[in-house]
Amino acid sequence: MLVLVVITALCFDFTNGFHDTGNAMATSIATGALGPRTAVAISGVLNFVGAFLSLAVAATIANGLVDTKVVTLTVVAAGLAGGIIWNLVTWLFGIPSSSSHALIGGVIGSVIAASGGSAVLWHGLVSKVILPAVFSPIIAALVAATGTYLLYRISRSMTEGARKHGFRIGQIGSACMVSLAHGTNDAQKTMGVITLALIANGTLAAKSNAPIWVIVCCALAISAGTYIGGWRVIRTLGKGLVEIESPQGMAAESASAAIILLSSSFGYSLSTTHVATGSIIGTGLGKRGAEVRWNVAGRMATAWVFTLPSAALVGAGAEALAHGIGGTLGVVVDLILLAVLAGFIYYRSRGSKVDPNNVNAEWTGTVTPEPAETVAA
Amino acid sequence: MSWINLSALWKIVVFGLIAGAGLPALFAGGLYTLSWGPRTGRVATAGADGGDESDVLVGGNVLGMVLAAIAFLIVLAAIGWGIYEVYQIGHPPVKK
Repeated sequence: MLVLVVITALCFDFTNGFHDTGNAMATSIATGALGPRTAVAISGVLNFVGAFLSLAVAATIANGLVDTKVVTLTVVAAGLAGGIIWNLVTWLFGIPSSSSHALIGGVIGSVIAASGGSAVLWHGLVSKVILPAVFSPIIAALVAATGTYLLYRISRSMTEGARKHGFRIGQIGSACMVSLAHGTNDAQKTMGVITLALIANGTLAAKSNAPIWVIVCCALAISAGTYIGGWRVIRTLGKGLVEIESPQGMAAESASAAIILLSSSFGYSLSTTHVATGSIIGTGLGKRGAEVRWNVAGRMATAWVFTLPSAALVGAGAEALAHGIGGTLGVVVDLILLAVLAGFIYYRSRGSKVDPNNVNAEWTGTVTPEPAETVAA
Repeated sequence: MSWINLSALWKIVVFGLIAGAGLPALFAGGLYTLSWGPRTGRVATAGADGGDESDVLVGGNVLGMVLAAIAFLIVLAAIGWGIYEVYQIGHPPVKK
């Protein structure tokens, strides 16, 4: 049972990785600073390193959101199912929604289904998750807009070519920082959940920190997911929101990296996705004449609002089902359903493939680019 | 028990601006002084077609290069220090 839960958690971490590659690398890929495959490879490695850097966020997830006394392994598994499903659905639509909220929503939903609303630490939820989610994109946009303005101002007398060349280098550096920051923030979440499962199983005492094998497994899973690359989300972020030039890319990445790292060190489990999106919008605001596609941004914001409740619903449903069947069998049924759904979503995604070859195609209003050559469409 | 940790919030805004906008600005300043001098093609091909296409970064002015080196070093040092700080905060001394 414990093994099943840990595997599910690592699967979540994997979806988290490929869902969020875009946060770090979308702008570098869009401006051509890095080749798509190189970008995801670098990002994967740095995610791995980042996972070891800080453990503050894992502690918040493991101890700050729900009453650990009511958490059973079934509850954790159901919560993870909620998170994974939401991640896959939003990936299919190319919407960069928050993996963190998906996970937290799923866990909270299953806790409520299992033992009612009183088991949720609402204060922790609001002050450590919901409020940061509201503030972080705004702060990120502010910082990125300031950065963009300064960069264009300082470099305005340089030649166009030199500026592009120079800022591409800076962009690679700052994108690497985002990947690192993503590891310190997002790999933590799964560590927190596995720790929660270990506490529930009695393997660890309450309020424990994540053991080292958990850290290593999570780091591996997230960097593997990152390397696979969520091309759909990358495309939306890199091409859909704002047409990005390399100085803007650098400003966006620096703002994201700074804010994610700062917040991680305060133990706020904020969403890398929200920050990166805020930053990219900010660069659109900071440069005169740049255009922000607000309809794309609006669609994302809607998805963000729905992330917590939807994942909570799936989590609650999975918990009810597993509980109804009972025992290990219940969890197994849950996971089989999950696998079937995941397979279906993957199958659907094949019909409109986004991969390294067409990720940068001209934005035509949808995630799926116009097919360049029609080979067996 | 407050809902918003205001002191953390303003710290994130202020340090976010310094690190997230200030450091890239410093980097831009470095690129700018680095481009001083005759070799960037700005002077030589000014007005000529494709003059703005030159992507040569180093202009050749010594003072410019020194200033750029200082700026880049500050940026690198700040990043290194930041990572170190995060590591420190993220790994509190174990209390048993």
